[in-house]
Amino acid sequence: MRTLWTLIAVATVAVSTAGLAQQKSASDAIAEYRAMLADGNPADLFEAKGEELWKQKRGPKNVSLEQCNLGKGAGVVKGAFVELPRWFADTGRVQDLESRLLTCMETLQGFDSKVIINTPFGKGEQAKIESLVAWISAESKGMHFNLPQAHTAEKTAYELGKRAFYYRAGPYDFSCASCHGQEGKRIRLQDLPDLTKNPGDGVGFAAWPAYRVSSGELWGMQRRLNDCFRQQRFPYPGYTSDVTVALGVYMGVNAKGAESIAPALKR
Amino acid sequence: MNALKTMVIVAAAAIAAGCASMSPGPDYRAFLQQMMGSSFRDEGIAKIDRLKQDEANAACSEAQSGTPPEAVTSAIQEQALKSVRMPKDGKFLGDWREGEKLAQNGRGMTWTDKSAEPRDNGGNCLNCHQVTKEEIAYGTIGPSLYHYGKDRGVVDPQSEMSRPIVEYTWTKIYNSRSYNACSGMPRFGHLGLLDETQMKHLMALLLDPQSPVNSN
Repeated sequence: MRTLWTLIAVATVAVSTAGLAQQKSASDAIAEYRAMLADGNPADLFEAKGEELWKQKRGPKNVSLEQCNLGKGAGVVKGAFVELPRWFADTGRVQDLESRLLTCMETLQGFDSKVIINTPFGKGEQAKIESLVAWISAESKGMHFNLPQAHTAEKTAYELGKRAFYYRAGPYDFSCASCHGQEGKRIRLQDLPDLTKNPGDGVGFAAWPAYRVSSGELWGMQRRLNDCFRQQRFPYPGYTSDVTVALGVYMGVNAKGAESIAPALKR
Repeated sequence: MNALKTMVIVAAAAIAAGCASMSPGPDYRAFLQQMMGSSFRDEGIAKIDRLKQDEANAACSEAQSGTPPEAVTSAIQEQALKSVRMPKDGKFLGDWREGEKLAQNGRGMTWTDKSAEPRDNGGNCLNCHQVTKEEIAYGTIGPSLYHYGKDRGVVDPQSEMSRPIVEYTWTKIYNSRSYNACSGMPRFGHLGLLDETQMKHLMALLLDPQSPVNSN
C-alpha cells in the first residue's frame, strides 16, 4: 500500500512540474529572446545619426540645432530628456521632447512645423526626429526622471493627463487604464506596466523611445502613444497634440525617480 | 495648442479666485472635453464621434480607479440589462470550433481595419482571458474562462437546469454592463461588434461540454 501512495505522490508531483515546465519554458524563451536582442541594440545606429543631425546645418535657414533649448539652457542635451515634458517660457506651452524639437526646427532652422506634424511617422523630417530623440534620450541614459511640477501649467497638464488616462470611450469602451491601470496584468504574453504609479526603472515611460525589433523602427513616445490610441479603437491623435503631451506629463511625473534606459529595445 | 494655453490662464485665475472666495478649483472636466476635442482627427473608420461619452462611460471615467456611487452603478446596470436581446430563434449555442477562431482573433474596429462590419471583427477574448489549456498565450486582464461551463455544472446546455447560466452568459457577452457598470469588457451585442451567429459560437466555446474549454 505504501508503494501505491508513493507512486501517486510522485505522479502528482510529475504532473504539476510538467505544468510548471510548460509555463516556465514560455516565459524563459521570451526572456532568452530579450537577452539575445539586448546584446546589440540597433538604436545605436539611430543615436549616431541623431547626433550628426543635431550638429548639421539644415533647413531653409541652414542652421544646426546646437542652440536649441531643451529646458536646461541653449545647447544643453545631457539630462534634458529626464525633465521632459516641461513648461517653456518662450512658447508659453508645456512641451515634450518631440514638440520641443518641432519648435527648434521651426525657429532655428526655418522648417514649417505644421508640415512635419502632418508627415507620416518614419518619413521625411519625421524619420529625422526619430534619430534625434534616440540620441537626445541616450544622453540621459541611467539618469532618473525628475519632471518639474512647479509651474501652474505643468500641474494643470498633469491633472488633465490623469483624466485623459481614465477617459473611456470608443466602440470598446476602453481607456488607457483598461490595460495600464493595474499591476501584474498582461495582454496575450505581453506584460503591461501599471502607469498610474511608478512601474520602476526602465519600464513604461522610462523605456521609450525604443527600437522595435518587430518593425525595425525607432519609436518615439509620440508614436508609442499613437499606437496605444489605435489599439484603444480611438480616432487619430495629432502629433504632439495636447492630449499626448498631457499624458506624457502624467506618466513622466508618476515615473519620478525611475532610471531611464532609453532608447530601449522592444519586441 | 492654444486650447491648453487658455486653460492654464483660466486655471490660474480660478486658483487665485479660490484663495479669496473658497470657490471650487479649476473646472478640469470642461478643460478635458476641450483638450480631447482639439487633439484628435478622423482616420479610416475611426471618426472623432467615437470620443463622445455616454453617461456610463463618463461616470466610470470620473471614478478613475474607483467605482461610481451605488445609485449610478445600479442605474447603468438596469439600463444595460434592458438593452439585451435574446437570440431570435431561441437557440443559444453555435459551433465551438468557430468560437475558438473568434476567441483567437484580436482584430477589429481600429483605424487600420477596413470596416466595422461584425464579419471583420474578432472576439478579442484571448487578449484578456485564458480560454483553453493548450493555448498559453493568453492575457490576464479578465478572469480565466477555462472550465467555464464545467465549473458551473453545465452538463447539457439545452436543459432547463442550465438555462440561468446560459442566459447569464449571453447577457454578459451582449452587454457586459448588465452585471458590472464599469466592466472592462466590450459590449459585443449592444454595440453590434459581433452578430448573433458569432455570439452563439462564443457561447458554444464556453458552454458546450465538447469544447476544449470544458472537455479537458
